[in-house]
Amino acid sequence: MSIGHTLLGLLESGPRHGYDLKRAFDEKFGHDRPLHYGQVYSTMSRLLKNGLVEVDGIEPGGGPERKRYAITDAGITDVERWLATPEAPEPYLQSTLYTKVVLALLTHRDAADILDTQRAEHLRLMRILTDRKRRGDLADQLICDHALFHLEADLRWLELTAARLDKLAEAVTK
Amino acid sequence: MTPDGSLLVADDLHKAYGPTVALDGAGFSIHPGEVVAVMGPSGSGKSTLLHCLAGIVTPDSGSILYNGREMATMNDAERSALRRSEFGFVFQFGQLVPELTCVENVALPLRLNGTSRKEAERAALTWMERLEVDDLGKKRPGEVSGGQGQRVAVARALVTDPRVLFADEPTGALDSLNGERVMELLTDAARTTNAAVVLVTHEARVAAYSDREIVVRDGKSRDMERVV
Repeated sequence: MSIGHTLLGLLESGPRHGYDLKRAFDEKFGHDRPLHYGQVYSTMSRLLKNGLVEVDGIEPGGGPERKRYAITDAGITDVERWLATPEAPEPYLQSTLYTKVVLALLTHRDAADILDTQRAEHLRLMRILTDRKRRGDLADQLICDHALFHLEADLRWLELTAARLDKLAEAVTK
Repeated sequence: MTPDGSLLVADDLHKAYGPTVALDGAGFSIHPGEVVAVMGPSGSGKSTLLHCLAGIVTPDSGSILYNGREMATMNDAERSALRRSEFGFVFQFGQLVPELTCVENVALPLRLNGTSRKEAERAALTWMERLEVDDLGKKRPGEVSGGQGQRVAVARALVTDPRVLFADEPTGALDSLNGERVMELLTDAARTTNAAVVLVTHEARVAAYSDREIVVRDGKSRDMERVV
């Protein structure tokens, strides 16, 4: 996920302080990985440097000064472009797992075992997401569903590969 | 495999249909209140395993202990009584009697056990409420949707307060949203009553409602909890 674009998008509804931005981000998108303050401030200085946000006001406080940021027209165009661009599908799992399975076959290890263990790990995560979905609101449900469908797709690949292990073994050891 | 406190334990089950080996040393165990998914590809033996555990099919060899008692030592009448009063069943298709109304369908297992009509239908309605189908009481199965019919079937499976619920692809004929709701209601209801659920499924998103999974392949089972 692009943190810069997400923070920019959050600023579209009105100027906010860095702290408010972090809180809004964590609440809506950061269930698993809340932002560090350092990430927020380094991202905001980059956006500032690129002219996508501007400082809307500064409040002096007991600690460091609190800057309030506002999105610029260039920032709005940037968010617009980001939203309109499709994401590249992530083929990470096939490549890593495929490598593991092939290596197992080449070294005469139990490739089915690798697939079983991976399935169990996928299901473990799916249980956590399913449980979160049951307890959560509609936003939680939609976010978890997205993750669940992706994990399910991986699992279908695992099942299909498990069913083709003999053929794969023949092909890679030829 | 004899985990302490298990309600249903199977060990080294073998079953062949002619030359076709369905089970080849499969094992299983489940505790009260636990939901265990039985997964595996088509033809792997998972439905045969469920049928053996439920006393519908007799294995060629191996042991199945229900509540500490060997099922092979029970006669047909005892096994039937067990299925009627201690076990509940939900299948993928065609389980409701089309001539009966939904409330009569749900009340049916109690009626077969000798409960009066009034009392059976009162209990049926309580379960239908839990499964959010109490407004369908007077309709016949042909007049309700697939998702509603499946909830009626779950209510019927639970009306006798079974100690084990056997569910074979219970959401197989439903779309995602309906399947999900049926799984939520089924597992919530089972947890409330401390029933054990044996859930046969090939769908990972359905299995994600379980506490753990057993994978069946080529008639052999693998308990993934003991692996990971």
